[in-house]
Amino acid sequence: MAILVIAEHDNANLKLDTAKVVACGQAIGAEVDLLVAGHDCAAVVEAASKLSGVRKVLVADKPVYANGVADSGAQLVLSIAGAYQHILAAASSQGKDLLPRVAALLDVAQLSEVVEVVSEDTFVRPIYAGSALATVQSLDDVKVMTVRVSAFDAVANDGAAEVEQLDGEFNSQVEFISQTLTESERPDLGAASVVVSGGRALGSSENFAILEQLADKLGGAVGASRAAVDAGYVPNDLQVGQTGKIVAPDLYIAVGISGAIQHLAGMKDSKVIVAINKDPEAPIFQVADYGLEADLFEAIPKLIEQL
Amino acid sequence: MKVLVPVKRVVDANVKVRVNADNTHVDTANLKMAINPFCEIAVEEAVRLKEAGIVTEIVVATIGPKAAQEQLRTAMALGADRGIHVETDEELAPLSIAKLLNAIQGQEQAELIILGKQSIDGDNNQTGQMLAALAGVPQATFASEVKVEGNTVLVTREIDGGLQTLKLPLPAIITTDLRLNEPRYAKLPNIMKAKRKPLDTITIDSLGVSIKQHHKLLKVATPKQREAGVMVASVEELVEKLKNEAKVI
Repeated sequence: MAILVIAEHDNANLKLDTAKVVACGQAIGAEVDLLVAGHDCAAVVEAASKLSGVRKVLVADKPVYANGVADSGAQLVLSIAGAYQHILAAASSQGKDLLPRVAALLDVAQLSEVVEVVSEDTFVRPIYAGSALATVQSLDDVKVMTVRVSAFDAVANDGAAEVEQLDGEFNSQVEFISQTLTESERPDLGAASVVVSGGRALGSSENFAILEQLADKLGGAVGASRAAVDAGYVPNDLQVGQTGKIVAPDLYIAVGISGAIQHLAGMKDSKVIVAINKDPEAPIFQVADYGLEADLFEAIPKLIEQL
Repeated sequence: MKVLVPVKRVVDANVKVRVNADNTHVDTANLKMAINPFCEIAVEEAVRLKEAGIVTEIVVATIGPKAAQEQLRTAMALGADRGIHVETDEELAPLSIAKLLNAIQGQEQAELIILGKQSIDGDNNQTGQMLAALAGVPQATFASEVKVEGNTVLVTREIDGGLQTLKLPLPAIITTDLRLNEPRYAKLPNIMKAKRKPLDTITIDSLGVSIKQHHKLLKVATPKQREAGVMVASVEELVEKLKNEAKVI
Protein backbone atom coordinates (compact mmCIF):
# COMPACT_ATOMS: atom_id res chain seq x y z
CA MET A 1 0.00 0.00 0.00
CA ALA A 2 1.06 3.53 -0.74
CA ILE A 3 2.32 6.32 1.47
CA LEU A 4 0.92 9.84 1.47
CA VAL A 5 3.17 12.76 2.35
CA ILE A 6 1.61 16.14 3.00
CA ALA A 7 3.75 18.81 1.37
CA GLU A 8 4.70 21.90 3.33
CA HIS A 9 4.91 25.21 1.50
CA ASP A 10 3.92 28.87 1.54
CA ASN A 11 2.16 28.75 -1.86
CA ALA A 12 5.36 30.04 -3.52
CA ASN A 13 8.12 27.72 -2.34
CA LEU A 14 8.17 24.06 -1.36
CA LYS A 15 9.89 23.73 2.01
CA LEU A 16 12.95 21.53 2.27
CA ASP A 17 11.18 19.69 5.10
CA THR A 18 8.99 17.99 2.52
CA ALA A 19 12.01 16.37 0.84
CA LYS A 20 13.03 15.01 4.24
CA VAL A 21 9.59 13.60 4.97
CA VAL A 22 9.66 11.93 1.53
CA ALA A 23 12.95 10.31 2.60
CA CYS A 24 11.20 8.94 5.69
CA GLY A 25 8.37 7.73 3.47
CA GLN A 26 10.83 5.89 1.25
CA ALA A 27 12.32 4.19 4.29
CA ILE A 28 8.85 2.67 4.81
CA GLY A 29 7.93 1.74 1.24
CA ALA A 30 8.35 2.59 -2.41
CA GLU A 31 5.08 4.20 -3.44
CA VAL A 32 5.15 7.74 -2.10
CA ASP A 33 2.56 10.29 -3.22
CA LEU A 34 2.57 13.96 -2.29
CA LEU A 35 -0.43 16.12 -1.46
CA VAL A 36 -0.04 19.80 -2.26
CA ALA A 37 -2.96 21.76 -0.81
CA GLY A 38 -2.81 25.51 -1.28
CA HIS A 39 -3.79 28.34 -3.54
CA ASP A 40 -1.98 29.65 -6.63
CA CYS A 41 0.73 27.17 -5.84
CA ALA A 42 1.83 26.05 -9.32
CA ALA A 43 5.51 26.63 -8.51
CA VAL A 44 5.19 24.38 -5.48
CA VAL A 45 3.59 21.63 -7.56
CA GLU A 46 6.42 21.93 -10.08
CA ALA A 47 9.05 21.58 -7.34
CA ALA A 48 7.15 18.73 -5.69
CA SER A 49 6.99 16.74 -8.91
CA LYS A 50 10.79 16.84 -9.13
CA LEU A 51 11.40 15.23 -5.74
CA SER A 52 13.19 11.95 -6.26
CA GLY A 53 11.07 8.83 -5.96
CA VAL A 54 7.68 10.53 -5.76
CA ARG A 55 5.06 8.60 -7.73
CA LYS A 56 2.27 11.15 -7.96
CA VAL A 57 1.59 14.71 -6.86
CA LEU A 58 -2.04 15.32 -5.87
CA VAL A 59 -2.99 18.97 -6.11
CA ALA A 60 -5.83 20.76 -4.32
CA ASP A 61 -5.56 24.39 -5.44
CA LYS A 62 -8.41 26.36 -3.83
CA PRO A 63 -8.61 29.62 -1.85
CA VAL A 64 -9.80 27.74 1.24
CA TYR A 65 -6.45 25.91 1.43
CA ALA A 66 -4.34 29.07 1.06
CA ASN A 67 -3.45 29.34 4.74
CA GLY A 68 -3.43 25.72 5.71
CA VAL A 69 -6.19 25.85 8.34
CA ALA A 70 -6.59 22.45 9.96
CA ASP A 71 -10.32 21.80 9.76
CA SER A 72 -10.67 22.00 5.97
CA GLY A 73 -7.23 20.46 5.46
CA ALA A 74 -8.14 17.45 7.58
CA GLN A 75 -11.34 16.89 5.58
CA LEU A 76 -9.33 17.04 2.37
CA VAL A 77 -6.80 14.46 3.60
CA LEU A 78 -9.64 12.28 4.88
CA SER A 79 -11.23 12.33 1.41
CA ILE A 80 -8.19 10.64 -0.16
CA ALA A 81 -6.95 8.66 2.86
CA GLY A 82 -8.59 5.43 1.73
CA ALA A 83 -5.79 4.75 -0.74
CA TYR A 84 -3.01 4.95 1.84
CA GLN A 85 -1.60 2.88 4.65
CA HIS A 86 0.71 5.62 5.91
CA ILE A 87 0.06 9.36 6.14
CA LEU A 88 3.10 11.51 6.94
CA ALA A 89 3.80 15.17 7.50
CA ALA A 90 6.70 17.13 8.93
CA ALA A 91 6.59 17.75 12.68
CA SER A 92 6.32 21.46 11.93
CA SER A 93 3.74 23.83 13.36
CA GLN A 94 1.55 23.02 10.36
CA GLY A 95 2.00 19.25 10.49
CA LYS A 96 1.40 19.17 14.23
CA ASP A 97 -1.76 21.21 13.81
CA LEU A 98 -3.21 19.13 11.00
CA LEU A 99 -2.26 15.50 11.44
CA PRO A 100 -3.79 14.67 14.84
CA ARG A 101 -7.07 16.00 13.47
CA VAL A 102 -6.74 13.66 10.48
CA ALA A 103 -5.88 10.72 12.75
CA ALA A 104 -8.91 11.29 14.98
CA LEU A 105 -11.22 11.46 11.95
CA LEU A 106 -9.75 8.13 10.82
CA ASP A 107 -10.13 6.76 14.37
CA VAL A 108 -6.45 5.88 14.57
CA ALA A 109 -3.69 7.01 16.90
CA GLN A 110 -0.81 9.17 15.75
CA LEU A 111 2.91 8.95 16.27
CA SER A 112 4.65 12.28 16.80
CA GLU A 113 8.20 13.26 15.82
CA VAL A 114 9.30 9.93 14.38
CA VAL A 115 13.12 9.80 14.15
CA GLU A 116 13.64 6.28 12.81
CA VAL A 117 11.77 3.72 10.74
CA VAL A 118 12.26 0.18 12.09
CA SER A 119 9.67 -1.51 9.87
CA GLU A 120 6.45 -0.52 8.18
CA ASP A 121 4.59 -0.60 11.50
CA THR A 122 7.35 0.09 14.02
CA PHE A 123 8.98 3.44 14.64
CA VAL A 124 11.23 5.22 17.11
CA ARG A 125 10.31 8.52 18.72
CA PRO A 126 11.74 10.58 21.57
CA ILE A 127 9.79 11.10 24.81
CA TYR A 128 10.43 13.17 27.95
CA ALA A 129 12.24 15.99 26.11
CA GLY A 130 14.48 13.50 24.35
CA SER A 131 15.61 11.82 27.59
CA ALA A 132 14.40 8.49 26.21
CA LEU A 133 13.72 6.89 22.85
CA ALA A 134 10.56 4.81 22.58
CA THR A 135 10.22 2.06 19.99
CA VAL A 136 6.52 1.84 19.23
CA GLN A 137 4.56 -0.61 17.13
CA SER A 138 1.37 0.75 15.63
CA LEU A 139 -1.61 -1.60 15.79
CA ASP A 140 -3.80 0.64 13.63
CA ASP A 141 -4.65 -0.06 9.98
CA VAL A 142 -3.50 3.38 8.93
CA LYS A 143 -0.30 4.78 10.38
CA VAL A 144 -0.49 8.53 10.80
CA MET A 145 2.71 10.23 11.89
CA THR A 146 4.69 13.42 11.99
CA VAL A 147 8.36 13.18 11.12
CA ARG A 148 11.23 14.93 12.88
CA VAL A 149 12.89 16.34 9.78
CA SER A 150 16.31 16.84 11.40
CA ALA A 151 16.58 13.03 11.58
CA PHE A 152 16.30 12.47 7.81
CA ASP A 153 18.32 13.61 4.78
CA ALA A 154 16.37 15.28 1.99
CA VAL A 155 15.83 13.32 -1.23
CA ALA A 156 17.33 14.69 -4.45
CA ASN A 157 15.49 16.70 -7.11
CA ASP A 158 15.78 14.32 -10.05
CA GLY A 159 12.23 13.00 -10.17
CA ALA A 160 9.40 13.44 -12.67
CA ALA A 161 6.17 12.58 -10.90
CA GLU A 162 2.81 12.82 -12.61
CA VAL A 163 0.47 15.54 -11.39
CA GLU A 164 -3.19 14.92 -10.63
CA GLN A 165 -5.74 17.62 -9.74
CA LEU A 166 -8.22 16.96 -6.93
CA ASP A 167 -11.73 18.36 -7.27
CA GLY A 168 -13.07 18.27 -3.74
CA GLU A 169 -13.37 21.48 -1.77
CA PHE A 170 -13.93 21.51 1.96
CA ASN A 171 -15.01 24.63 3.77
CA SER A 172 -13.47 25.90 6.96
CA GLN A 173 -15.19 27.25 10.06
CA VAL A 174 -12.10 29.32 10.65
CA GLU A 175 -11.58 32.81 9.29
CA PHE A 176 -8.02 33.75 8.48
CA ILE A 177 -7.30 37.26 9.78
CA SER A 178 -3.60 37.95 9.39
CA GLN A 179 -0.08 36.64 9.49
CA THR A 180 3.21 38.29 10.40
CA LEU A 181 6.33 36.46 9.43
CA THR A 182 9.77 37.20 10.79
CA GLU A 183 11.78 38.70 7.93
CA SER A 184 15.28 37.38 7.62
CA GLU A 185 17.99 37.10 4.99
CA ARG A 186 19.56 34.25 6.91
CA PRO A 187 18.91 30.57 6.17
CA ASP A 188 15.90 28.90 7.77
CA LEU A 189 16.68 27.77 11.32
CA GLY A 190 15.60 24.19 10.68
CA ALA A 191 17.65 23.84 7.50
CA ALA A 192 20.82 25.80 8.35
CA SER A 193 24.13 23.97 8.56
CA VAL A 194 25.35 26.42 11.20
CA VAL A 195 23.24 27.76 14.06
CA VAL A 196 24.39 30.43 16.50
CA SER A 197 22.11 30.61 19.54
CA GLY A 198 21.98 33.08 22.37
CA GLY A 199 20.54 32.93 25.85
CA ARG A 200 19.68 35.17 28.73
CA ALA A 201 23.31 36.29 29.11
CA LEU A 202 23.02 38.39 25.95
CA GLY A 203 21.13 40.88 28.11
CA SER A 204 19.24 42.77 25.42
CA SER A 205 17.95 42.54 21.88
CA GLU A 206 20.61 45.06 20.80
CA ASN A 207 23.30 42.70 22.04
CA PHE A 208 21.88 39.93 19.86
CA ALA A 209 23.33 41.87 16.94
CA ILE A 210 26.78 40.43 17.63
CA LEU A 211 25.37 36.92 17.31
CA GLU A 212 23.78 37.95 14.02
CA GLN A 213 27.16 39.16 12.81
CA LEU A 214 28.72 35.85 13.79
CA ALA A 215 25.93 33.92 12.09
CA ASP A 216 26.36 35.99 8.92
CA LYS A 217 30.09 35.35 8.93
CA LEU A 218 29.40 31.60 9.07
CA GLY A 219 26.42 31.68 6.71
CA GLY A 220 24.26 30.36 9.53
CA ALA A 221 20.96 30.99 11.26
CA VAL A 222 20.31 32.58 14.64
CA GLY A 223 18.51 30.67 17.38
CA ALA A 224 17.69 31.37 20.99
CA SER A 225 16.91 29.79 24.32
CA ARG A 226 13.52 30.21 25.95
CA ALA A 227 14.98 32.73 28.39
CA ALA A 228 16.09 34.98 25.53
CA VAL A 229 12.68 34.71 23.85
CA ASP A 230 10.75 35.34 27.06
CA ALA A 231 12.91 38.37 27.76
CA GLY A 232 11.87 39.70 24.35
CA TYR A 233 15.38 39.74 22.84
CA VAL A 234 14.23 37.80 19.75
CA PRO A 235 10.90 36.57 18.31
CA ASN A 236 9.37 33.27 19.51
CA ASP A 237 9.95 31.42 16.28
CA LEU A 238 13.71 31.43 16.92
CA GLN A 239 13.37 29.31 20.05
CA VAL A 240 15.32 26.07 19.96
CA GLY A 241 14.16 23.33 22.30
CA GLN A 242 11.51 20.82 23.35
CA THR A 243 8.70 23.21 22.57
CA GLY A 244 10.44 25.26 19.89
CA LYS A 245 12.44 24.17 16.86
CA ILE A 246 14.44 20.97 16.79
CA VAL A 247 17.69 21.48 14.91
CA ALA A 248 20.64 19.25 14.05
CA PRO A 249 23.13 21.43 12.15
CA ASP A 250 26.78 20.59 11.47
CA LEU A 251 27.80 23.26 13.93
CA TYR A 252 25.78 24.62 16.85
CA ILE A 253 27.29 27.48 18.83
CA ALA A 254 25.54 28.07 22.17
CA VAL A 255 26.40 31.48 23.56
CA GLY A 256 25.38 32.41 27.08
CA ILE A 257 23.01 29.42 27.30
CA SER A 258 23.13 27.34 30.49
CA GLY A 259 21.79 24.18 28.82
CA ALA A 260 18.49 23.24 30.49
CA ILE A 261 16.98 19.83 29.59
CA GLN A 262 14.34 21.61 27.49
CA HIS A 263 16.96 23.43 25.41
CA LEU A 264 19.18 20.38 24.94
CA ALA A 265 16.11 18.54 23.59
CA GLY A 266 16.22 20.82 20.57
CA MET A 267 19.92 20.69 19.65
CA LYS A 268 21.75 17.73 21.13
CA ASP A 269 21.81 15.87 17.81
CA SER A 270 23.96 18.60 16.25
CA LYS A 271 27.20 17.23 14.79
CA VAL A 272 29.54 19.62 16.59
CA ILE A 273 28.47 21.66 19.61
CA VAL A 274 30.43 24.67 20.83
CA ALA A 275 29.57 26.34 24.13
CA ILE A 276 30.76 29.77 25.16
CA ASN A 277 29.82 30.58 28.73
CA LYS A 278 31.18 32.44 31.74
CA ASP A 279 29.98 29.76 34.15
CA PRO A 280 32.26 26.68 34.11
CA GLU A 281 29.50 24.69 35.87
CA ALA A 282 26.91 25.32 33.13
CA PRO A 283 25.34 21.99 32.04
CA ILE A 284 25.86 22.96 28.38
CA PHE A 285 29.56 22.06 28.77
CA GLN A 286 28.58 18.42 29.36
CA VAL A 287 27.31 18.08 25.78
CA ALA A 288 29.72 20.51 24.08
CA ASP A 289 32.50 19.15 21.89
CA TYR A 290 34.40 22.39 22.44
CA GLY A 291 33.85 24.57 25.44
CA LEU A 292 35.22 28.03 26.04
CA GLU A 293 34.87 29.58 29.46
CA ALA A 294 34.82 33.27 28.64
CA ASP A 295 32.80 36.46 28.69
CA LEU A 296 30.78 36.35 25.50
CA PHE A 297 31.14 40.11 24.96
CA GLU A 298 34.90 39.63 24.63
CA ALA A 299 34.92 36.21 22.95
CA ILE A 300 32.35 36.77 20.20
CA PRO A 301 33.90 39.93 18.66
CA LYS A 302 37.26 38.18 18.74
CA LEU A 303 35.75 35.11 17.10
CA ILE A 304 34.19 37.23 14.35
CA GLU A 305 37.54 38.90 13.77
CA GLN A 306 39.32 35.54 13.46
CA LEU A 307 36.94 34.09 10.89
CA MET B 1 -19.79 31.17 29.35
CA LYS B 2 -18.39 27.87 30.56
CA VAL B 3 -14.79 26.80 29.96
CA LEU B 4 -13.46 23.26 30.16
CA VAL B 5 -9.74 22.87 30.90
CA PRO B 6 -8.24 19.37 30.74
CA VAL B 7 -5.04 19.05 32.80
CA LYS B 8 -2.41 16.34 33.14
CA ARG B 9 -0.20 15.09 35.97
CA VAL B 10 3.39 14.73 34.73
CA VAL B 11 6.92 14.43 36.08
CA ASP B 12 8.09 17.90 37.11
CA ALA B 13 9.78 19.75 34.24
CA ASN B 14 13.06 20.16 36.15
CA VAL B 15 13.50 16.46 36.87
CA LYS B 16 15.68 14.42 34.55
CA VAL B 17 14.08 11.02 34.05
CA ARG B 18 15.98 7.80 33.43
CA VAL B 19 15.12 4.70 31.48
CA ASN B 20 14.39 1.74 33.79
CA ALA B 21 16.67 -1.28 34.11
CA ASP B 22 14.73 -3.61 31.81
CA ASN B 23 14.26 -0.98 29.07
CA THR B 24 10.48 -1.12 29.18
CA HIS B 25 9.76 2.46 30.22
CA VAL B 26 11.17 5.46 32.03
CA ASP B 27 11.41 5.17 35.78
CA THR B 28 8.96 7.61 37.31
CA ALA B 29 8.67 6.07 40.78
CA ASN B 30 9.30 8.55 43.60
CA LEU B 31 9.85 11.47 41.23
CA LYS B 32 8.36 14.86 41.90
CA MET B 33 5.10 15.23 39.98
CA ALA B 34 3.38 18.41 38.91
CA ILE B 35 0.67 19.84 36.71
CA ASN B 36 1.95 19.91 33.11
CA PRO B 37 3.32 23.46 32.48
CA PHE B 38 1.19 23.98 29.37
CA CYS B 39 -1.94 22.89 31.27
CA GLU B 40 -1.09 25.43 33.97
CA ILE B 41 -1.04 28.12 31.28
CA ALA B 42 -4.45 26.89 30.08
CA VAL B 43 -5.88 27.17 33.60
CA GLU B 44 -4.39 30.65 33.99
CA GLU B 45 -5.97 31.79 30.73
CA ALA B 46 -9.37 30.50 31.81
CA VAL B 47 -9.03 32.27 35.16
CA ARG B 48 -8.10 35.53 33.42
CA LEU B 49 -11.18 35.23 31.18
CA LYS B 50 -13.27 34.75 34.31
CA GLU B 51 -11.69 37.77 35.97
CA ALA B 52 -12.49 39.76 32.82
CA GLY B 53 -16.15 38.86 33.25
CA ILE B 54 -16.31 36.74 30.09
CA VAL B 55 -16.31 33.33 31.72
CA THR B 56 -18.72 32.30 34.46
CA GLU B 57 -17.55 28.77 35.25
CA ILE B 58 -14.25 26.90 34.88
CA VAL B 59 -14.38 23.12 34.93
CA VAL B 60 -11.08 21.25 35.10
CA ALA B 61 -10.82 17.60 34.14
CA THR B 62 -8.11 15.00 34.34
CA ILE B 63 -7.75 11.37 33.36
CA GLY B 64 -5.31 9.35 35.41
CA PRO B 65 -4.52 7.65 38.71
CA LYS B 66 -6.00 8.65 42.03
CA ALA B 67 -2.97 10.84 42.75
CA ALA B 68 -3.90 13.06 39.78
CA GLN B 69 -6.52 14.64 42.06
CA GLU B 70 -3.63 16.68 43.47
CA GLN B 71 -3.33 18.41 40.10
CA LEU B 72 -7.08 19.08 40.00
CA ARG B 73 -6.80 20.65 43.46
CA THR B 74 -3.89 22.75 42.22
CA ALA B 75 -6.00 23.96 39.30
CA MET B 76 -8.84 24.77 41.67
CA ALA B 77 -6.46 26.67 43.94
CA LEU B 78 -5.53 28.73 40.90
CA GLY B 79 -9.19 29.58 40.31
CA ALA B 80 -11.07 26.70 38.66
CA ASP B 81 -14.55 26.14 40.10
CA ARG B 82 -14.89 22.38 40.06
CA GLY B 83 -13.10 19.26 38.95
CA ILE B 84 -13.85 16.01 37.14
CA HIS B 85 -11.54 13.07 37.66
CA VAL B 86 -11.73 10.08 35.35
CA GLU B 87 -9.87 7.53 37.41
CA THR B 88 -7.70 4.98 35.61
CA ASP B 89 -4.26 3.50 36.13
CA GLU B 90 -3.85 2.74 32.46
CA GLU B 91 -1.61 4.87 30.30
CA LEU B 92 -3.88 5.99 27.50
CA ALA B 93 -3.09 7.17 23.97
CA PRO B 94 -4.03 10.78 23.17
CA LEU B 95 -6.88 9.53 20.97
CA SER B 96 -8.42 7.63 23.89
CA ILE B 97 -7.99 10.68 26.11
CA ALA B 98 -9.61 12.85 23.44
CA LYS B 99 -12.57 10.42 23.29
CA LEU B 100 -13.04 10.59 27.05
CA LEU B 101 -12.78 14.38 27.02
CA ASN B 102 -15.30 14.49 24.19
CA ALA B 103 -17.72 12.50 26.32
CA ILE B 104 -17.17 14.95 29.18
CA GLN B 105 -17.73 17.85 26.80
CA GLY B 106 -20.96 16.13 25.69
CA GLN B 107 -22.20 16.50 29.26
CA GLU B 108 -20.69 19.89 30.02
CA GLN B 109 -21.32 21.70 26.72
CA ALA B 110 -18.57 24.22 27.37
CA GLU B 111 -18.27 27.08 24.88
CA LEU B 112 -14.51 27.04 25.06
CA ILE B 113 -12.06 24.25 25.74
CA ILE B 114 -8.50 25.24 26.54
CA LEU B 115 -5.73 22.64 26.66
CA GLY B 116 -1.95 22.75 26.80
CA LYS B 117 -0.30 22.27 23.41
CA GLN B 118 1.60 19.22 24.63
CA SER B 119 2.44 17.29 27.76
CA ILE B 120 6.12 17.29 28.59
CA ASP B 121 6.23 13.53 29.17
CA GLY B 122 4.70 12.04 26.03
CA ASP B 123 5.55 15.11 23.92
CA ASN B 124 2.70 14.13 21.61
CA ASN B 125 1.02 17.46 20.88
CA GLN B 126 -2.17 15.72 19.73
CA THR B 127 -4.98 15.72 22.28
CA GLY B 128 -6.47 19.16 21.57
CA GLN B 129 -6.48 18.63 17.82
CA MET B 130 -8.07 15.18 18.21
CA LEU B 131 -10.71 16.49 20.58
CA ALA B 132 -11.54 19.25 18.09
CA ALA B 133 -11.96 16.65 15.35
CA LEU B 134 -14.19 14.42 17.49
CA ALA B 135 -16.30 17.33 18.73
CA GLY B 136 -16.50 18.74 15.20
CA VAL B 137 -15.38 22.19 16.30
CA PRO B 138 -12.64 24.47 14.95
CA GLN B 139 -9.22 24.58 16.58
CA ALA B 140 -6.55 27.18 17.17
CA THR B 141 -3.38 25.50 18.36
CA PHE B 142 -0.23 27.04 19.91
CA ALA B 143 -2.04 30.18 21.06
CA SER B 144 -0.06 33.17 22.31
CA GLU B 145 -3.04 35.53 22.54
CA VAL B 146 -6.77 34.89 23.04
CA LYS B 147 -9.54 37.47 22.68
CA VAL B 148 -13.19 36.53 23.05
CA GLU B 149 -15.47 38.77 21.00
CA GLY B 150 -19.13 37.90 21.32
CA ASN B 151 -19.70 34.50 19.76
CA THR B 152 -16.22 34.31 18.29
CA VAL B 153 -12.67 34.08 19.54
CA LEU B 154 -9.64 35.72 17.99
CA VAL B 155 -6.51 33.67 18.51
CA THR B 156 -2.94 34.59 17.67
CA ARG B 157 -0.91 31.45 17.04
CA GLU B 158 2.80 30.78 17.11
CA ILE B 159 3.73 29.29 13.75
CA ASP B 160 7.13 28.36 12.33
CA GLY B 161 7.76 31.62 10.49
CA GLY B 162 6.14 34.01 12.97
CA LEU B 163 2.59 34.67 14.14
CA GLN B 164 -0.86 34.06 12.64
CA THR B 165 -4.27 35.31 13.75
CA LEU B 166 -7.44 33.28 13.23
CA LYS B 167 -11.08 33.96 14.10
CA LEU B 168 -13.14 31.01 15.25
CA PRO B 169 -16.84 30.66 15.99
CA LEU B 170 -17.63 29.26 19.45
CA PRO B 171 -17.59 26.54 20.62
CA ALA B 172 -13.91 26.16 19.82
CA ILE B 173 -10.73 24.53 21.03
CA ILE B 174 -7.56 26.37 21.90
CA THR B 175 -4.20 24.87 22.83
CA THR B 176 -1.73 27.04 24.70
CA ASP B 177 1.83 27.96 23.91
CA LEU B 178 4.35 29.14 26.49
CA ARG B 179 3.92 32.78 25.59
CA LEU B 180 0.18 32.96 26.27
CA ASN B 181 0.58 34.07 29.89
CA GLU B 182 2.57 33.75 33.08
CA PRO B 183 0.69 31.47 35.49
CA ARG B 184 0.17 32.80 39.00
CA TYR B 185 1.14 31.03 42.21
CA ALA B 186 -1.60 29.57 44.36
CA LYS B 187 -1.95 31.44 47.64
CA LEU B 188 -2.40 29.48 50.86
CA PRO B 189 -6.02 30.62 51.51
CA ASN B 190 -6.90 29.59 47.95
CA ILE B 191 -5.26 26.19 48.45
CA MET B 192 -7.42 25.73 51.57
CA LYS B 193 -10.53 26.88 49.70
CA ALA B 194 -9.78 24.52 46.81
CA LYS B 195 -10.10 21.56 49.18
CA ARG B 196 -13.81 22.32 49.54
CA LYS B 197 -14.56 22.78 45.86
CA PRO B 198 -16.58 19.98 44.20
CA LEU B 199 -14.59 17.15 42.64
CA ASP B 200 -16.43 14.31 40.90
CA THR B 201 -14.66 11.01 40.43
CA ILE B 202 -16.02 8.91 37.59
CA THR B 203 -14.97 5.83 35.65
CA ILE B 204 -14.21 5.31 31.98
CA ASP B 205 -17.24 2.99 31.74
CA SER B 206 -19.60 5.65 33.04
CA LEU B 207 -18.65 7.84 30.08
CA GLY B 208 -19.66 5.10 27.66
CA VAL B 209 -16.38 5.24 25.79
CA SER B 210 -14.71 2.06 24.60
CA ILE B 211 -10.94 2.28 24.76
CA LYS B 212 -8.84 0.48 22.22
CA GLN B 213 -5.11 -0.24 22.28
CA HIS B 214 -3.50 1.58 19.37
CA HIS B 215 0.18 1.19 20.13
CA LYS B 216 2.49 -1.38 21.62
CA LEU B 217 5.52 0.03 23.38
CA LEU B 218 8.27 -2.42 22.45
CA LYS B 219 11.26 -0.79 24.05
CA VAL B 220 12.47 2.36 25.74
CA ALA B 221 16.14 3.17 25.38
CA THR B 222 18.53 5.84 26.54
CA PRO B 223 19.61 7.98 23.58
CA LYS B 224 23.23 7.76 22.53
CA GLN B 225 25.20 9.89 24.95
CA ARG B 226 27.55 12.49 23.54
CA GLU B 227 31.20 11.93 24.35
CA ALA B 228 32.72 14.49 26.65
CA GLY B 229 34.35 17.30 24.74
CA VAL B 230 37.35 19.45 25.47
CA MET B 231 37.70 22.87 26.99
CA VAL B 232 39.72 25.28 24.92
CA ALA B 233 41.73 28.08 26.46
CA SER B 234 41.22 30.80 23.89
CA VAL B 235 39.23 31.98 20.90
CA GLU B 236 42.27 31.26 18.73
CA GLU B 237 42.38 27.65 19.86
CA LEU B 238 38.61 27.31 19.27
CA VAL B 239 38.91 28.58 15.69
CA GLU B 240 41.89 26.31 15.05
CA LYS B 241 40.00 23.25 16.34
CA LEU B 242 36.86 24.05 14.36
CA LYS B 243 38.92 24.50 11.19
CA ASN B 244 41.36 21.64 11.44
CA GLU B 245 39.91 19.08 13.84
CA ALA B 246 36.14 19.29 13.43
CA LYS B 247 36.41 20.80 9.92
CA VAL B 248 33.07 22.58 10.24
CA ILE B 249 34.20 26.08 9.25
